[in-house]
Amino acid sequence: MDPVTSTIGKSLPRVDAREKVKGTAMYAGDIYMDGMLFARVKRAEHPHARITSINTSKARRLKGVAAVATAKDIPGEKTFGAVIQDNKPIADDKVRYLGDAVAIVAAESEAIAEKAVSLIDVGYEVLPAVFDPREALKPGAPEIHEGGNLIAHHMTRKGDVEAGFNESDIIIKRSYTTQMVEHSYIEPECVVAYFQPDGTLVVKGSHQNIYSIRSAVSRFMGLPLSKVRIIQACLGGSFGGKDDCMSVLGCRAGLLSLLTGRPVKLTNSREDSIIESYKRHPYFLKYKVGVKKDGTIMAMEIEMTADGGAYACQTPFVTWRSVVHATGPYRVANVKTDVYGAYTNNTYTGAFRGFGSPQITFAYESLMDEIAGELGIDPLDLRLSNALRDGDITATGQELDHTVSVSEALKVTTEAAAWNEKRSSFPENNASRTKKRGIGLACSYRGVALGAEGVDATGAIVRVHSDGSVDISTGLVEMGQGLKTVFSQIAAGELGVPIERIHYLETDTSTITDGGPTVASRSTIMGGAAVRKAAIGVREKLFRAAAEKLGASPQDLAAADERIFVRNDPDKAIGFLDAVTLALDGGMHLSSFAWHNSPPIWWSEKEGRGAAYFTYVYGCQVAEVEVDIETGKVDVIHVWAAHDVGKALNPDAVNGQIYGGVAMGIGYAILEEVELVDGVTKTVNLDEYLIPTAMDVGMMDAFILENEDRCGPYGAKCIAEPTAELCGGAIANAIFHATGKRLRELPINLERVVLGHKLVKKKRRVR
Amino acid sequence: MKKIKLTITVNGKKHTLRIAPNLRLLDLLRDELRLTGTKEGCGIGECGACTVILDGKAVNSCLVLAGRCDGSEIITIEGLARDGALHPLQQSFIDHGAVQCGFCTPGMILSAKALLDENQRPTEKDIRVAIAGNLCRCTGYKQIVQAIQTVADREKTP
Ligand code: FES
Ligand code: FES
Repeated sequence: MDPVTSTIGKSLPRVDAREKVKGTAMYAGDIYMDGMLFARVKRAEHPHARITSINTSKARRLKGVAAVATAKDIPGEKTFGAVIQDNKPIADDKVRYLGDAVAIVAAESEAIAEKAVSLIDVGYEVLPAVFDPREALKPGAPEIHEGGNLIAHHMTRKGDVEAGFNESDIIIKRSYTTQMVEHSYIEPECVVAYFQPDGTLVVKGSHQNIYSIRSAVSRFMGLPLSKVRIIQACLGGSFGGKDDCMSVLGCRAGLLSLLTGRPVKLTNSREDSIIESYKRHPYFLKYKVGVKKDGTIMAMEIEMTADGGAYACQTPFVTWRSVVHATGPYRVANVKTDVYGAYTNNTYTGAFRGFGSPQITFAYESLMDEIAGELGIDPLDLRLSNALRDGDITATGQELDHTVSVSEALKVTTEAAAWNEKRSSFPENNASRTKKRGIGLACSYRGVALGAEGVDATGAIVRVHSDGSVDISTGLVEMGQGLKTVFSQIAAGELGVPIERIHYLETDTSTITDGGPTVASRSTIMGGAAVRKAAIGVREKLFRAAAEKLGASPQDLAAADERIFVRNDPDKAIGFLDAVTLALDGGMHLSSFAWHNSPPIWWSEKEGRGAAYFTYVYGCQVAEVEVDIETGKVDVIHVWAAHDVGKALNPDAVNGQIYGGVAMGIGYAILEEVELVDGVTKTVNLDEYLIPTAMDVGMMDAFILENEDRCGPYGAKCIAEPTAELCGGAIANAIFHATGKRLRELPINLERVVLGHKLVKKKRRVR
Repeated sequence: MKKIKLTITVNGKKHTLRIAPNLRLLDLLRDELRLTGTKEGCGIGECGACTVILDGKAVNSCLVLAGRCDGSEIITIEGLARDGALHPLQQSFIDHGAVQCGFCTPGMILSAKALLDENQRPTEKDIRVAIAGNLCRCTGYKQIVQAIQTVADREKTP
């Protein structure tokens, strides 16, 4: 069998599933250490205020309290940040949102720590606050950080929009808004920090990005990077969410461990998590589009403002992704887009599956339907006639040199959904009913990996041991998406051994060099390529050792089924283990480190154009809904989702990503909203912040499209994020089809429209 | 606080302990017995990550005072595998790709077990209702429902 096909493209079961179903997988909260202390946080009491005094003496005197720390105790820098160093694990001068910490406590139990927190008195001088990013950018707005409230401004410029509008038959202007949403990983954040005898600070935790956390902790603790070791515990979901907030927890627990000389565990309750952790950005979007009567889009002028909240975090990158993709996957000759990110005194916002795309996809896909409505064209036909094709030029001026499959995705999903039939039959059937059916769609294109945001490179180590067992390590992390399994499949395939031989090592900053973050759906295409190279590196050594024995040259050998054999004469073979022994006896080392760099890309901020990403993926989701116009309840009956992944290395895992992303998209469309009133979070637990249950998601059909890409291992591209960016638009369009009501605000609380007020949220629990 | 005495059988093993009267069953299992397969996701009975089987019924152990469980029998996720062999539900979750991050998985499997113990012929709707109190943010539930349905179908055919 071809070595590659023995594992690649197969739905092998997850390599880490067994410990997870047995309940023995170790998540950060499951770590208990001798002498371990428990930490709690004293939070800000105003969304924007100057700290005038902190009195911790009562807390310190409480029995069982081991340490109370404030910003004065920080040994290193007070701030950290991916782009702008403005985030403060412990506030010193001011508090900027209600999740800020003013003091932290370590005690013998959580209850004592909690009690101590309540004994801390903080004096404040309350400052004027701002909660709307558009207000924050006006002159005279309260300044949250020195230098003004603008975090980022990005633009794209293509052609001449005025000329495009002049040539248009109609011009449509629309505004859309999206809400703040919470990642809602079921595992709240947790870290355990302790010092090794050699003075190295270890922070084990529910980390998504071990290297960014290491930078923050090292800076804050005044320790060299080499003396900070970040280890990922089994991760209970992240979706972009366990990065900067884990740095914050790591810094706090590290400091308390330093002050007490004992291990310190800091666990966020769900309330802490929702109040403190960063969210998906709310966006305010304005679109102006000029179209010909036949549906040709002539020009788009777009302006949007993102609420960055109290800290910059990933706002500069999130808004950049929005600026690149703002027009959607359409041919538009004239484009002018401006995206602004602003500080406010709201909870800060950052990376969240989609990363600046669910917002714009909701807007431009709602807009496409509005255009179709104005022109009396079927929404599908309008999209097909404007959709990007092979060789087209994007809004940023990039030529698409790969298979552009947006039309394919549109066709596959709409055929499966019986689009044409339902578009015409539903309105007829709805007339006499109070439960009305509708069907809508949304499609997108999405740049893969980091893009011109930054350096994109990553490494992997593959080692074969004397007994033939293999381990892999990379700096990229498993967070449920199946990375360990897919990387193990790649190594097993290239070495020609069963996947059971492969062991994926714990992700630990001390084992391998910084390979960047596990974000932007980059793991398979970047990390997978590195693992493949490293595995091939080891295999070449085995071939060299085997060649002599087999009387063949190394280039003529192949590896499969635990054998190394002559490709044209497969009976001439030696066992994998024999080759390992030969190589080791011959003095070789059977380990290989490989580094993979992304193909070149570029971006000009000044001109607002560039080849933003080295490749793109395409997808489409069709949603069928039923709207009860008496109660306003929206049921999502069925979602059909097609995604081009290049090549599915593990189809079951890809399907799992699609279903999970669709469910998240359903929540975004109709259920979820972090409600903030003057900076105060009103939805602090999962009884008020509603995510979809098994009763809220309807039927789902996934269609995997495979157009192999030259940039990815075996042609693979990515999957995680595009799945979560489409349901907002598809469901909004389906609701319009069902009811004739165009709702331009997410989430779609139809009750507002139907009843004129918001329904009281009901308890959903069944038991 | 005065401690109270408690006798409780967990996964077939009898424990006699002295506990604080305000201790939650969840903390008893995790902190005292170190059965950390039972997870905490919300602490208010919404997420189901803390689900265990208490005298045959699936309950949220974050809402149950340990002191109320005197004389009770409890099954946690650690109690499902027998002599190293996985319970059919555990195996089915693996086979159907119903596990991603795994944080909801123990609670999900126990809710499924409680359902199948009571109802050998559940419909898809029955399954969805039975796990509606178990939130999963990763999977979209489809493969979980399939995993449970498969075990139910297998058990009902003689
Ligand atoms: S922790 Fe008990 S239901 Fe969430
Ligand atoms: S698998 Fe992650 S929450 Fe269910």
